[in-house]
Amino acid sequence: MPEPSRAVSRPVASTSTRRREVPLAASRFSPALWFRREVVVGWLFVLPALLMYSIFVLQPLVLTIQYSLYRWDGVGLATWVGFSNYITVLTVPDLLETIFNSLRLAVFFSLIPVSLGLVVASVIHRVATGPLGATARTVLFLPQVIPLVAAGIIWGWLLALPGLVNEILTAIGLHNLARAWLGDFSTALPAVGMIGVWVLSGFCTVLLLTGMSKIDPALYESARLDGAGWFTEFKAITVPMLRYEIAVCLTVTVIAALAAFDIVYISTGGGPGHATAVPGLQIYILAFVERQVGLASALAVLLMLLVLAIVLPLQWLSRESAR
Amino acid sequence: MNANLGHLVRIFVGRRNVIVSYGSPRRTGVGLRGLPALLWAVALVGACAAPGSGTSTSSGAASGGTAGCGTAPVTLNAYFETGFDLPFKLSAEFTKQYPNVTWNITQDQFTNLINETPRVLASSNPPDLIRLPTLTSFAKEGLLKNLDSYAKGFGWDKWPVPQLSQNRVGSDGTRGSGSLYAMGLNYSLTGIFYNKKQAAQIGMTEPPKTLAEFESFLAKAKAAGLLPIMEWGSAKSGMGLAFPLQALMASVGPVGPINDWIYGKSGATIDTAPNLDAAKHLEQWIKSGYFPSDINAIEYTDSNARFTKGEGVFTFNGDWENADYDKNLPSNTGFFLMPSSQAGGHPAAMSAPLTYGIAAKAKHADCAAFFFNWVASNSTARQIDVTVGGSNPGGPAGSSVPSVTAGSVTSETLAAGNVIGKAGTSMDFIANATSSIFAQGWTPELQKMVGGKQDPAGLLKAVQAEYQRELAG
Repeated sequence: MPEPSRAVSRPVASTSTRRREVPLAASRFSPALWFRREVVVGWLFVLPALLMYSIFVLQPLVLTIQYSLYRWDGVGLATWVGFSNYITVLTVPDLLETIFNSLRLAVFFSLIPVSLGLVVASVIHRVATGPLGATARTVLFLPQVIPLVAAGIIWGWLLALPGLVNEILTAIGLHNLARAWLGDFSTALPAVGMIGVWVLSGFCTVLLLTGMSKIDPALYESARLDGAGWFTEFKAITVPMLRYEIAVCLTVTVIAALAAFDIVYISTGGGPGHATAVPGLQIYILAFVERQVGLASALAVLLMLLVLAIVLPLQWLSRESAR
Repeated sequence: MNANLGHLVRIFVGRRNVIVSYGSPRRTGVGLRGLPALLWAVALVGACAAPGSGTSTSSGAASGGTAGCGTAPVTLNAYFETGFDLPFKLSAEFTKQYPNVTWNITQDQFTNLINETPRVLASSNPPDLIRLPTLTSFAKEGLLKNLDSYAKGFGWDKWPVPQLSQNRVGSDGTRGSGSLYAMGLNYSLTGIFYNKKQAAQIGMTEPPKTLAEFESFLAKAKAAGLLPIMEWGSAKSGMGLAFPLQALMASVGPVGPINDWIYGKSGATIDTAPNLDAAKHLEQWIKSGYFPSDINAIEYTDSNARFTKGEGVFTFNGDWENADYDKNLPSNTGFFLMPSSQAGGHPAAMSAPLTYGIAAKAKHADCAAFFFNWVASNSTARQIDVTVGGSNPGGPAGSSVPSVTAGSVTSETLAAGNVIGKAGTSMDFIANATSSIFAQGWTPELQKMVGGKQDPAGLLKAVQAEYQRELAG
């Protein structure tokens, strides 16, 4: 950015007499000032990002909304169908079921990692501050570094009937519990959910731990002087002070659950039956296998609205409580 | 599409942060108010026209006649499937015999081919030769070259009818008859492979002649503590129980109505009395524990690995696995066709061409058509077809089938192919009826049947409903 004084100096030099006549309130909207160098330079700085944002984010979004109003196979001519794609999504039970599945998945992807992250982070924060804490942080964060596709493959092996999880269960005498976790109707969704817990808990822990390090130790000290135990400290200081971080964790993990694709696609492919079918997977199948781009786009738009409907209140709540 | 949604949400959510970090609201007031409008304006550019407008729908007539590759250098633009050696070996041999022809080969996984093919065909550099996952919609949209004049010129139209019929698409969009839009490099065959040692253990000295006899062997295998049938069933691989189900359909009923349904003939239904009978047999097999208990989680490759390691007396699969069985279960793998439920009845089998097509706008269509003809007629090419591909190379009636190692499973599948050819009881695969009937119909419904959440009548009704939804678009 240029220095403010230089940016202002030119208009002052050239239009100094006229400028004095313009009332201050109106000056903000005058076309002449719109072209003030400061503003133009500012826009120039933003332009590259703006261009990328428009091409890669806004245009696909607008196109998706547009496609959702057509019947189109992706190549041939499209036919305008109005809102009939939306009606199809909301009336075909298999498509609607995917939305409910993703909400159930959100419990695993969101609530468990955030609660677990809070507990683990407060333990690390209190007990393990030295190299032990650093090691624990690294180990917990590791799943974030592994690509989700690799995680899906690894967990697919672990949870298979001849896999490690069942071997351990058999070894400790629980062979009655052994099953194909990802192929059983009652356990497939929770099993996929546990992969999500494994991936996202580390992320939440590290984020919350960072938040905790910013809390003034004096607060804890005074609480301890007042005779507060670990749980009271946790409830009265840690959680309220971490509201913003918790909201971020919830936002990120809820989006990960509702927009899930990779973990589900790799571990179960949406099966058995429709037990783990989620909107992301259906959008892919509808658009690329069935080649119903319009129907896929309609489901995508509805998914976006669902995500917004859940995430926006979360953001609003965290901001309200931060005030 | 999904990733975009995630980005969008983060940006919407972050907007209030932006205002806060920008500094005083007074200075950013105008800019922020103008910003969204500008962005929308930019985004709307190019979004005005209806999607797909301007796409050419002309199919481009083939020149036919005595098509060839000439003598001038030609580079064929080809799109092959990853993991299958056959087209690569054939193209190398073709260049050896016709040195003026070189190849520019792109390869991809089959699942990616499903996504990419329409765009690749419509692109400005369309392939001269491409592995086709499906056919009908591309033919209807004019993306594939009509091969009728080549068929006439090379005499393909005089080949045994079933070979080409699966690659024909009528003007009403049904498959099975009409103009030719693709060719098979070879013709695969499905049936029942068995572990010879384990079969001997249950007293099976020769393949069963009837369905009842086969079912008695299944019961004996179960009683002997062996797994009767190894099969895969995960949603990722696609439910393998569609193989035994279709084999049962053709065992208890006629082949014709099944093909009509696959080809999309008007009024065709899968919900018929013989098919219900077949589905009941399959449900009985499931309930009797003839399949692995974790079938809904077994991948295709794992199923084969477990079978070659001795898990499973029988497995329903196709001759594309011959090389694998001959290598990993040598001289211990046998093959037979699913027997009819009637004594003396003809066995039937799924048999499908390894389908390749030519893009409507291909630059070297004549040379690609010549390649098709060469694959079916050149003796070296036919030999490669059998040894590498494991399947019958097809071609004119009375063509000699290349020699194979005696006692290999390939020799058994080739002999079985002749039986099917004579009886005229070949079928396409029920999973190929529409582009996603496998992913959206057969796979979830059969998985539900394994889980005890679907009965035979419900299975057929659900698949038929999905079929009609997809055909209606």
